[in-house]
Amino acid sequence: MLPEFGHLSLILAFVLACATGVLPMVGAWRKNAALMNLSGSLASGVFVFTALAFALLAQAFLTDDFSVRIVAANSNSLLPEAFKFAAVWGNHEGSLLLWALILSGWMLAVVAFSRGLPLPVVARVLAVMGLIAAGFLAFSLFTSSPFERLLPGTPLEGSDLNPLLQDPGLVIHPPILYMGYVGLVVPFAFAIAALLGGQLDVSWARWSRPWTNVAWAFLSLGIMLGSWWAYYELGWGGWWFWDPVENASFMPWLVATALIHSLAVTEKRGVFRAWTVLLAIAAFSLSLLGTFLVRSGVLTSVHAFAADPERGVFILIFLALVVGGSLLLFALRAPQVASSIDHQPLSRETLLLINNVIFAVSALTVLLGTLFPLIMDAVGAGKYSVGPPYFNAVFVPLMALLVPFMVLGPATRWKRDAGRRIWQEVRIPAAVAVTICVMAAYLSRGNLWVALAALLSGWLLLGLFWDVHLRSKGRSSLSRGLAQLSPSYWGMCLAHVGFALAILGATVLTQFGDERDVRMEVGETATLGDYSFRFATLEQAKGSNYDGDRGVFVVSDSAGLVTTLNAEKRRYFASNQIMTEAGIDGGLLRDLFVALGEPLEGDAWSVRLQHKPLIRWIWAGAIFMALGGLVTVADRRYRSRKARVASASGQDAMRVPT
Amino acid sequence: MHPIRKRRLTIAALVVVLSSAAVGLVAYALRGNINLFYPPAEIAAGAAPTDRAIRVGGMVVDGSIKRDQGSLTTRFQVTDYSAVVEVSYTGILPDLFAEGEGVVASGQLQSDGSFVATEVLAKHDENYMPPEVAAALEGKSPEPSLQGGGGH
Repeated sequence: MLPEFGHLSLILAFVLACATGVLPMVGAWRKNAALMNLSGSLASGVFVFTALAFALLAQAFLTDDFSVRIVAANSNSLLPEAFKFAAVWGNHEGSLLLWALILSGWMLAVVAFSRGLPLPVVARVLAVMGLIAAGFLAFSLFTSSPFERLLPGTPLEGSDLNPLLQDPGLVIHPPILYMGYVGLVVPFAFAIAALLGGQLDVSWARWSRPWTNVAWAFLSLGIMLGSWWAYYELGWGGWWFWDPVENASFMPWLVATALIHSLAVTEKRGVFRAWTVLLAIAAFSLSLLGTFLVRSGVLTSVHAFAADPERGVFILIFLALVVGGSLLLFALRAPQVASSIDHQPLSRETLLLINNVIFAVSALTVLLGTLFPLIMDAVGAGKYSVGPPYFNAVFVPLMALLVPFMVLGPATRWKRDAGRRIWQEVRIPAAVAVTICVMAAYLSRGNLWVALAALLSGWLLLGLFWDVHLRSKGRSSLSRGLAQLSPSYWGMCLAHVGFALAILGATVLTQFGDERDVRMEVGETATLGDYSFRFATLEQAKGSNYDGDRGVFVVSDSAGLVTTLNAEKRRYFASNQIMTEAGIDGGLLRDLFVALGEPLEGDAWSVRLQHKPLIRWIWAGAIFMALGGLVTVADRRYRSRKARVASASGQDAMRVPT
Repeated sequence: MHPIRKRRLTIAALVVVLSSAAVGLVAYALRGNINLFYPPAEIAAGAAPTDRAIRVGGMVVDGSIKRDQGSLTTRFQVTDYSAVVEVSYTGILPDLFAEGEGVVASGQLQSDGSFVATEVLAKHDENYMPPEVAAALEGKSPEPSLQGGGGH
């Protein structure tokens, strides 16, 4: 009975989403306050019923209700409780419901935090989100219902969750990633609402900024969690594969990064308005494109699933409607909102424009590499694949090019600046960075990549410290000087520090990382760089729903014992699937990694040994970026209007940080 | 020239320079780093090049997996049910690599018609089949539909 209630709530959520999409929109058009006022209650209703549907699906998973088709296909009574819950989104239908739930959650957040905004704006924003929600709920109801039953013919036991997904990663990676992916709908809705209302002013940019920053922070965190999960679970030690599905989340991230910077210019200086709107549309459109790529089964990928053409067609039509509709609206309205240029070539506006061009070009090159195989296949030119070398060759130079502008940006003034003044601000960090670069080149025995990374990230980090120093000096005390810097400024610092850490981590890892596949018998020792790995024993491994072998490896270096690693090969009962569980010793400066390959003759195994210097810096970098995005929300400018008026006099007198 | 026009021109020039640099980079990177998929039938017919990396895919022939003693080299045959390609690979094979399962291998075709793989991809769950393999086997498979299943 309960699954039918779930289906019913999903239908109610869909009906309410349609109402949210239409009634407040009509209200805003006809200036009917009663209709506009409905938006809040309707949007909350969408959330309540989507959440109810989700809860009932989770209930079916937790109580092993195998009469529900996706429970029977993706769960098992032996599955640990936490994985039963996560299994809700470990399949196509459930993950779509999670998507809808998070979308309705963002709608609820807009209702809660937009009380100070003009009524027509809130009404239009919620209406746009309602239309998107209606599209996804329709997709769920009509092509991928999660509540389909197997009656009669209920199996006694479920066929289990894919063992690759039986991991804490499944519990946190998809919800966090979706928070970011779906969160980009908010700046999109604000942009569309502004185009509809014809008011693309500074306040529009101010309302959009905190939402964009938060969505971007979640997206950064979600991508990082995916990378980390892939590293220890299925990547055999890799952390980024330029897999099409990774790209699907990375392209919106790149465009959202451009959007954050462009919104800053629009809010501070009132320029780049049309471009900012275009970025907001592009960011969410790429989210939808990603959904299409992932959900349609057109790609060979670790995230791919059943190729059901009907689903692909549905998303493609939805994508075409959303992208086509918003671009049409943009074309009609953009000329009215185009802003005049009133800044000199040498100004922070120009530097941020360069940032935007670099990010947009990066996103386009990734898009090209991702779609190239699909386009070639569609025109019948053959089944191509575009490998990581393409992406590395294009992406690495673009990111390196970005860094000098990241250093100059915060040091440069809005509107106009003098080259000599900027140089005075950045020369000391530059000089120190050159020294560090020379030292890095010497220590790495002339490795140019490491020297370049040290130069760029050193200049970036030192430039930030120097900038903080310059902004906080001249106050009575250091703490008072630091305290008067705004959360927006600190957010920028954190995010840029994160970027520098990620550059250092990725460079040192690719240059000095070590890996070996070896044949080892129990008792044998293999060396990797300064470390020796002894295959000490082979034991039985046993869990609630699997058994297998566990290799115990004793790792030591010249100074003695370093660590003991357990690498497992598991066989899951329900599916008979074999899974590798690597043994990893993580650390600030390096990871040691052992994975069992396959049993060879006798008691020999193929074994992968890896030494991964600074790999955690890449993820730490992403965490810093996410923190930066979240910190900016604390800025007083984004509080309620009353608070803003009170603080306005003190804010604008300062040198305004980004 | 009017200062605003001059600035617009600067911006336009900047965008043009950066994007043409990117296009150049993309064209260069694409040329060397894309590889084409060939089913065993086309390789047997001599349609595949031996001078650059390609991908080959199909089902692993039953009873064809042979491991070298004392090294990590494995030899196996891949078929699309109309031709067979000999593949050798040194390294660790994926967990779901097995006889009678679909694989995609990337590497270099040798002049004797054998294939030296640098990477072997198997499916990642019990029910999934790489689209290239599914297409190569279309209409030739002795089994019912190989597509379907879940994932994430």
